[in-house]
Amino acid sequence: METTQSVPGAGDGASAICVIVASWLRALLSCILPLVAVLILPACAQESPYIVTYDHYLEEPGNLEVEYFSTYGTQRGGNNFHAYWIELEYGVKAWYTTEFYLDGQSTFGESTIFTGFRWENRVRLLDREHWINPVLYVEYEQISDADKIIKEVEGHDVESDQATPNAIARQTVNHELEFKLLLSKTFKGWNVAVNPLVTKNLSPSEPWEFGYAIGTSRPLALKASPRQCNFCPENFIAGVEMYGGLGDTQDFGLHETSQYLAPALAWNLPSGWTLRVSPGFGLNDNSHRLLMRWGVSREFSGFGDLVRGLFGGH
Amino acid sequence: MKGIAWRLVSVVSLVVGIVTLAVRAAPAPRDNSDTTHDHLHHHHFAEFAKVPEKAKARLNPLENDPDAVAAGRKLFLQHCAECHGNTAEGGRKAPNLRAEEVQDATPGTLFWILTNGVVRRGMPVWSKLPEPERWQIVTFIKSLPPPTGSAVKGDSSTPHLTPEATVYLTDESVQMD
Repeated sequence: METTQSVPGAGDGASAICVIVASWLRALLSCILPLVAVLILPACAQESPYIVTYDHYLEEPGNLEVEYFSTYGTQRGGNNFHAYWIELEYGVKAWYTTEFYLDGQSTFGESTIFTGFRWENRVRLLDREHWINPVLYVEYEQISDADKIIKEVEGHDVESDQATPNAIARQTVNHELEFKLLLSKTFKGWNVAVNPLVTKNLSPSEPWEFGYAIGTSRPLALKASPRQCNFCPENFIAGVEMYGGLGDTQDFGLHETSQYLAPALAWNLPSGWTLRVSPGFGLNDNSHRLLMRWGVSREFSGFGDLVRGLFGGH
Repeated sequence: MKGIAWRLVSVVSLVVGIVTLAVRAAPAPRDNSDTTHDHLHHHHFAEFAKVPEKAKARLNPLENDPDAVAAGRKLFLQHCAECHGNTAEGGRKAPNLRAEEVQDATPGTLFWILTNGVVRRGMPVWSKLPEPERWQIVTFIKSLPPPTGSAVKGDSSTPHLTPEATVYLTDESVQMD
């Protein structure tokens, strides 16, 4: 991620406000999420193990999925880090899902900071299942250069980008639009997903950047057992994903890009919780050697009805 | 400071926007009138006519699997009950699966609907469930008794109720919470 747009006056005062905003958001989430958990019912999800790649399945309408993910990254030429994000995913329609992300990170020996937010939208383009199923993905990001969640890799993103100390990197905030075409197909239990992506930093001088993510996964069993069980093989979905940058409009290709290969495993519990784990390994010298990711999520049904009720609906 | 203010305004705007969208996109207010229910009922089952003949003719490979009803019921409660109700008698958003139209439909028809969804009417595609699991759900649906309160006619349109279905639909101890 390149430095593109400086925030005028982003000094100690601004940092203090950032900390206050982050604290406020944490407090808000810690109050709201338990309330949501109490008022609406958990729903059992069949989540894929992917952390970077998307398949073509959207959130069920009216459901809210609350997700937390962590990425532990090794860093040559700097301190290792732990980046994390909270994801609120809502199924507006069966063909439209929207998501809101809050990102943060702790760099060991430095600081813990809030690094920005993202608003993601996914729209299913075709009503039925086809040989290949396209979904359009549009995301707006407002994140600082200190953001390290590495939810996608694009352009000439390389490991050394994350070596900049937090105190410096956080002062630059980027406004970006990201477009992906999510192509996916499930056949005989195997899902194959391919996500080409294009990103544009809204600063006029910045080029369009390209990247990709591909993944494949399969449940460990294709038939459900008749009893409720946590450890039944059908509750586990294993897969592998690969993602990386493809340069930009000025220098397209694999030159000076980072590439990762990551096995992934999801455990969908009957109680509605999903656990994911995915160790990602850098495939070249521009990549982090290890990105150890894990996440926990829970889906709640009836969130739309709850919100509507709060606003006087029935 | 300007950047921080912009960030705050953006966050608040986004949250308000999402909430507004959620409220506007939520289903219409509950209306218990028979007319509305019939309208929903008719629209959902109209989708059956769009199922290709080849798909309609597909046979359920798990029809005689002794575990299929129980496994299908488990999957139904996990994925379908939130809209179709725990007893499969329908809800505000989704139709009654014990209805005659469903019980008279071929297993292949139900499998096709399950696989492709009725996306514009709110039913997601369920092809993310492996094919055998979708057949297990179909087996369970086909084992359902007639709607509560309706008389058992004793004619050929009465769905066949397996002993497993009777047990699983009445056994509170295996209800999911």
